Amino acid sequence: MLTIDALTHSYPGGHTAVDDLSLAVEAGELVTVVGPSGCGKSTLLRCIAGLQRPTGGRVLLNGDEIRDVPDSLAMVFQSYGRSLLPWLSVRDNVALVLRHRYGSRRERRAAALEALAEVGLADAAAKHPGQLSGGMQQRVAIARALAYGPKLLLMDEPFGSVDAQTREDLEDLLLALRARTPVTVVLVTHDIDESVYLGDRVVVLTGAPGRVLAELPVGLPADRDQIKTRQDPEFVRLRAEVGRLVREK
Amino acid sequence: MKALHPNALRLPLHLAARLWLALLLIGLWELTADAGPGSYFPPPSVIVRALHRVWFSGPASDFFLTEQARSDFPVSFGHLLSGWVLAAAAGIALGLLLGRSERAHDYLQPLLQLCRSVPPPALIPFFVVVFQLDTSMYVVTIAFGAVWPVLLNTLAGVRAVDPVKLDTARVYGMGRTAQLLRIVLPGAAPQIAAGLRIALGFGLILMVLSELVGTTSGIGARLVNAQRTFDIPSMWAGIALLGLTGWLLNAAFLLVENRLLRWHREN
Ligand SMILES: Nc1ncnc2c1ncn2[C@@H]1O[C@H](COP(=O)(O)OP(=O)(O)O)[C@@H](O)[C@H]1O
Ligand SMILES: [Mg+2]
Repeated sequence: MLTIDALTHSYPGGHTAVDDLSLAVEAGELVTVVGPSGCGKSTLLRCIAGLQRPTGGRVLLNGDEIRDVPDSLAMVFQSYGRSLLPWLSVRDNVALVLRHRYGSRRERRAAALEALAEVGLADAAAKHPGQLSGGMQQRVAIARALAYGPKLLLMDEPFGSVDAQTREDLEDLLLALRARTPVTVVLVTHDIDESVYLGDRVVVLTGAPGRVLAELPVGLPADRDQIKTRQDPEFVRLRAEVGRLVREK
Repeated sequence: MKALHPNALRLPLHLAARLWLALLLIGLWELTADAGPGSYFPPPSVIVRALHRVWFSGPASDFFLTEQARSDFPVSFGHLLSGWVLAAAAGIALGLLLGRSERAHDYLQPLLQLCRSVPPPALIPFFVVVFQLDTSMYVVTIAFGAVWPVLLNTLAGVRAVDPVKLDTARVYGMGRTAQLLRIVLPGAAPQIAAGLRIALGFGLILMVLSELVGTTSGIGARLVNAQRTFDIPSMWAGIALLGLTGWLLNAAFLLVENRLLRWHREN
């Protein structure tokens, strides 16, 4: 579905963030990308999203080169707080992106409330983003991306600033979502456990500039459980392996 | 008798704390001023009486406005409002264009810097020649002075709009127009509002200035007329009226601004 072919991106000033990175993602797959901070993970996602043209290489979505943001793509930004509009209520922040799906404002708002309820924010719908904690803002950004109904979902360290309990809930929410809809996910994280717990495949990047160091298929059953999966010998083995690779550089 | 709630005293006390110096000075002025006819500095009581006599001693059916007020206020405030609206429309539109288009910015910026350097009152003689003493002369004069704070604030506000929000809009399929209306305009709204409020003050200044030349109606014209006939209390009444107007306009605007941009204060 998604093919990244020798992607290279240098920022003006000559700093190369991603260097000759190739990767293929199958439809319906959930690929996690881990790497040290500053190795170009956000840059990679921005190039996939069509927000910036790579300075070298190509990104293909179903065979077509991505030149602008594809219709069926949603993204949870690393600076999730800044991606919300402070002048709209939380509900309207979500409803705003549903114009293509529902004709009437009432339907949009109802769908937005439903999405917020899924991330446990039904009570905060009328508040403005500035009145929420960082973790709650992050959940709004996630609810918005899910409500959008994307075929390809890009997530940039989406569970970075929530407490451990909420983090596990959101991880399981994501797994439940992809179990019932055919969404393809590329999720960037610097949390090694999370990369293994969520991924069908873990892609480990080298330190800056980023390129693929290793791809590890995750041989865990699709039906994952926060307690049991983390005790599975395969999980323990993979976590050690990814940890070793990330440190190796 | 019901006990006074402690909060009931807070507002008057607060006001008193802020106003005592002004009140003291006005009191001193009242006591020391020369109340005789022909005084250049009549006491406040004389000015207030003139203010009342010239503008506000009309019949209740006309909201206590005198005939004078009923003929001058619509003229002056009509000019001010039209000029300000024109400045707001032009300033916001140009500011959006320059803020969003690098090319337009590069081409127009030098020209605008040049125009901005001309003190607007210096153009009044020119506008009088072009428009005579037609309404358009006043409106254009006011608009030319008031457009700058709107334009510059809009430009700064648009350029400061968070790029993450624009990226978000793009990801979620918003076109350029939708981005402009739903992200850029509201994002720049606090700065635009500040510009519009400053423009109101500029507009008032230019309204008076333009009425000082050659016309016979409007508050500014009345002011000059009082000065020429040595009616010093009426002249001071005009000055006080304009001061009050400026203060009221600013307060009214702040009220609306605070309501509409409540999200901004809360962040
Ligand atoms: N807009 C930009 N302009 C210049 N350099 C940038 C820009 N964005 C990121 N970089 C640089 O590119 C490198 C990779 O950044 P990023 O993709 O954000 O890494 P990561 O998400 O893995 O932490 C960093 O060294 C960063 O400083
Ligand atoms: Mg990043």
